[in-house]
Amino acid sequence: MVRMLEGTTRSADEVVALIPPNLVECTVEKVAVNAVMAGCRPEYLPVVLTAVEAICSDEFNMHGVLATTMSVGPVLVVNGPIAASIGMNSGINVLGHGNRANATIGRAVQLVIRNIGGGAPGGIDRATLGHVGKQGFCFAEDEDASPWNSLSEERGFDRTQSTVTAFCGEGPSLVIDQLSRSPESLTRSLAASLRTTISPRVVTGMDAMLVISPEHMARYRDAGWDRTRFLAELDEHLMFDTDEIIVGADGIEDGLPPGLAGHRLPKFRPGGLLVVHAGGSAGLFSAIIGGWLNGPAGSDPVTREITP
Amino acid sequence: MSNHQSTRTTVLDPTAEQRPAKRERTARPESLAGLTVGLLDISKPRGDVFLDRVEERLTALGAKVARYAKPTFTKPAPVDLRHEIAIQCDAVIEALAD
Repeated sequence: MVRMLEGTTRSADEVVALIPPNLVECTVEKVAVNAVMAGCRPEYLPVVLTAVEAICSDEFNMHGVLATTMSVGPVLVVNGPIAASIGMNSGINVLGHGNRANATIGRAVQLVIRNIGGGAPGGIDRATLGHVGKQGFCFAEDEDASPWNSLSEERGFDRTQSTVTAFCGEGPSLVIDQLSRSPESLTRSLAASLRTTISPRVVTGMDAMLVISPEHMARYRDAGWDRTRFLAELDEHLMFDTDEIIVGADGIEDGLPPGLAGHRLPKFRPGGLLVVHAGGSAGLFSAIIGGWLNGPAGSDPVTREITP
Repeated sequence: MSNHQSTRTTVLDPTAEQRPAKRERTARPESLAGLTVGLLDISKPRGDVFLDRVEERLTALGAKVARYAKPTFTKPAPVDLRHEIAIQCDAVIEALAD
């Protein structure tokens, strides 16, 4: 514990956040105890502390994320110099196992919610199915090999700053496209999968994260597409005629309420698709991490700077 | 191992070290006649369908019904709303629906 607390300059008795659902004051020391239990090294502690602050913000709405019956939990993306300095994985098997920092930071955050906030499964955590990422879900963006600005830069920080972005997400779903050689084709292909995120009948109300792998990103690098161009082209393929997804359409009772007939709506609200570059250097795959209700009535992504 | 050195072990508690306060349950009313029952809609789709029917049944039993709704089902009921229900009602039923 003494060594863990040396991982931060913050004093042990400093209050980090009120932890939902019980809204308990949580000190640096209490976070550190849980970080030890999770298997963190001391140098991970600043990331854990910042992630706890991020998910306990009003915007992230951890109480709702916990209490929902949907299969979601905090997905943590680390940007900036700290990712490499503490040995985080942004490459091969990035969303999987095998890296201590990735595995234990997310785990420590979940333990804080459970042990300190009292958010136990079957208690306030009402998830019908849950997902394996609720054990802990944390990874780093591969910034160095990306031709685009990073997620952190997109959200108002610069490359010299280390940040953690908390996104309320479900488990990752693979997108396979091994034949597209043009950015136009790959964009249509990614859009086709994104249109089914959460449900083909959910539009604008839920966000998503798209993790683009290096070989898919190469299509955009080679063609000179930047993030703005990609998102603009993608948006064109993410529009829905509401008549096609309204209650009763195609014999499916689920769908948009009848009052929304006759409109065109986007799959995602403006800024509702977070794009990250990560993964192994070989493999023509990307991944979609579906979100949960967004906006003031749900959860908004939160990015915080990591300080020592 | 014959050298018996004394060591001190400190066990740290990973929890909030809180224990819930125990309170007696409010006595259950023998009859709902004349009592005010609050119906809290958490604002999920079709919760109102369930609560409309509950209101009919309660009214038939002679209870007065007061309807309330959370602004959103994704967040806890605001403290003012909880206080309002507590001072205006003798009992409350909450609807979770979809």
